[in-house]
Amino acid sequence: MLAFLAKRIAIGLVTLVVASAVVFLVLEIVPGDPALLMLGMNAQPEALAALREEMGLNQPVLLRYFGWIAGMALGDFGNSYTYSSPVLELIGERVLVSLPLALISLFLSTAIALPVGIFAASRRGKPADTISMGAAQIGVAIPNFWFALILIYLFAVWLRLVPAGGFPGWDAGLWAGFKALLLPAIALALPQAAILARVTRSAMLEVLGEDYIRTARAKGMPRRIVLWHHALRNALIPVLTILGLQFAFLLAGTIIIENVFYLPGLGRLIFQAITQRDLIVVEGVVMLLVATVIAVNILVDIGYAIVDPRLRTRR
Amino acid sequence: MNTIKSIIGGATLLLAAGTAALAARTDLVIGVVLEPPHLDPTASAAAAIDEILYANLFQGLTRIGRNGEVLPALAESWEVSDDGKTYTFKLRSGVTFHDGTTFDAEDVKFTLDRARAENSTNAQKQLFAAIDTVEVIDPQTIRIMLSAPQGSFLYNLGWGDAVIVAPESAETNKEKPIGTGPFKFDKWAKGSSVTLVKNPDYWGEPVALEKAEFRVVPDAAAAIPALLSGDVQAFPQMPAGDALSQIENDPRFVVAIGATEGETILSTNNGKEPFNNIKVRQAIAHALNREEIIAGNGSGYGTPIGSHFSPANEAYVDLTGTYPYDPAKAKALLAEAGYPDGFKATLKLPPPAYARDGGQVVASQLRQVGIELEIIPVEWAQWLEQVFKNKDYDLTIVSHTEPNDINIYARDDYYFNYKNPAFKEVMNALDATAEPEKRIELYQTAQKIIAEDAVNGFMFQLPKIGVWDAKLQGMWENSPIQANDLTGVKWSD
Repeated sequence: MLAFLAKRIAIGLVTLVVASAVVFLVLEIVPGDPALLMLGMNAQPEALAALREEMGLNQPVLLRYFGWIAGMALGDFGNSYTYSSPVLELIGERVLVSLPLALISLFLSTAIALPVGIFAASRRGKPADTISMGAAQIGVAIPNFWFALILIYLFAVWLRLVPAGGFPGWDAGLWAGFKALLLPAIALALPQAAILARVTRSAMLEVLGEDYIRTARAKGMPRRIVLWHHALRNALIPVLTILGLQFAFLLAGTIIIENVFYLPGLGRLIFQAITQRDLIVVEGVVMLLVATVIAVNILVDIGYAIVDPRLRTRR
Repeated sequence: MNTIKSIIGGATLLLAAGTAALAARTDLVIGVVLEPPHLDPTASAAAAIDEILYANLFQGLTRIGRNGEVLPALAESWEVSDDGKTYTFKLRSGVTFHDGTTFDAEDVKFTLDRARAENSTNAQKQLFAAIDTVEVIDPQTIRIMLSAPQGSFLYNLGWGDAVIVAPESAETNKEKPIGTGPFKFDKWAKGSSVTLVKNPDYWGEPVALEKAEFRVVPDAAAAIPALLSGDVQAFPQMPAGDALSQIENDPRFVVAIGATEGETILSTNNGKEPFNNIKVRQAIAHALNREEIIAGNGSGYGTPIGSHFSPANEAYVDLTGTYPYDPAKAKALLAEAGYPDGFKATLKLPPPAYARDGGQVVASQLRQVGIELEIIPVEWAQWLEQVFKNKDYDLTIVSHTEPNDINIYARDDYYFNYKNPAFKEVMNALDATAEPEKRIELYQTAQKIIAEDAVNGFMFQLPKIGVWDAKLQGMWENSPIQANDLTGVKWSD
């Protein structure tokens, strides 16, 4: 197990280094001059030159790359070109929105999907199965921004229970912050839950067809115990895989939902940074996301080992 | 469900009635589409900065009023020498910056010298190009000598890029802006909002609002529910074009269609074949149907223009009839120019709806006369680099939002590649003239020259579509300068 973990972490580190080079090079090629973008259409050439010097854009590419890598290794992600504050500080502020949002929606989607999936599998072919899987099909098909707008009109405009968007900051109180994140979390969670429910159902069905289930039932074990104890545990591997992927998506792939709810999250930060050619911020956020995906994958691997003891001894 | 709603509604009404009885509201949440990159108007071209801070937090020697007029601000009065080269400003006394430091002539000298210094990163450095020396006479008097007379100098000093900053705070204004205005900085929640609060020590007439929050609402679909739910009470520039009818019929809101300084034009590369041929440019002008373009520009609003000048300006002349819509004539002109079967060209479109949506209409109109356009969508960064800087384009659509910017047609090396000595002469004469009537005459001549030369396809003046709570008074309907001046805004009870 330890050797397995060490190997996974080593591979993760190599991936990080490769990713850093790719990210840096790709962004080098992207057309657009951040200084020109800031000073606009009336900019004088000498003002542009002065700003480029100030931003450190006049240094050679390799020097900037190694400067950036070395800085990151020491925990310094550099300073944003547009916002004149440290990249790490910017990311820190945004993570405080994106991480709770991802966790709440992950919790919601799991809490909905697992029971529905298991329930549907246990009633295979019966009306309950058809109805819940039909609902899941709709859930997958509905675009989440549209669903978000429906939620806004219902709960914010009509019932006025929650704000229509925005984030007051955690210093406005835990409840105020949670309320602001609730609708976006639901909007994000539902399509995810639909996918997860379908995965759970098919994994369960596969397991339920195994011989040991039949044996357990034949021995007279109650259906409920067989379902929750024997079957679910074995069906969890594909579910965990999907959960890991979903978490990575929820952390950064939420640009559209963050726009609809105008939340200051990581997705918005990276979107804004790209349009502003604030490359150092883009690089910083992408590296953080790469690191997160790698970490989540390692965690999922550990999860596999917990669920399936056979994987613990495998080298 | 209905019972729940009426209970909740009743409770809200009670609450609202309770607060209304006490006093009129003094807080305001304003929706803006773009977040400012930082908060120093003297170091960026981003309109988002001026739209929050101009006149509210920062002030210049002069300021631009509601109708584009030049008004005194930190300068109480001024005298101009007969040769138009010496300006002596009498400054207001008893003015302090928000950090408590005193405002005097030294701050003015510092600001102007900083803006025109060699390492200046001021986005509108050309505003200060005419300044030769800045001299402090006494703490309340400053004298500015110009190297040549400049008729627009007082106007230039009213730009957001010319606001007065203090040497003590200039370096930190990007994060914590310190000005002299009626509002002072409270906080900036990055990605969310910028909040200003009333400055109790303001030198002038105090503002009615205690607190003004500028909240970033980037998505058009989010803007309407934000208004309907009462989270945001005003959008000076409403992003939602086709959803506007939803608000227009609602008595709780006011929809104000005003004018901006944004001439929306089909910019043409005058230095490139076949656009260097005036007949081709005239043909394009005849092929454009302005009414149709406005109908398809994303909002359906806009005033047709025939030159590069705002209809709100007193010197405006209507030149839309110079080359009226006439596809047959356009075809004839193309044939005369040697393109009887038309030609192919590219049309680069930046992100705003007026360009992306309007561009489709323009392309179909030009196809009618035989010009096949390949549409290339570009981001702003690409547009600035390819079109604006490297002049690598045939046609593009863009709104020139800087106020009073007809002088760009006199600029060498500008992306239009337009060179006309006669036009430059008019601009030089304009600089040397201070008399208002003469200036109007010169502006009109300038408009006619570029209209007749069909430098670009002149389409429409970008509208300012403002939406706000009907109980809100004093919001600006037009935007003669990129700003949301809140000094006269208050709630009626």
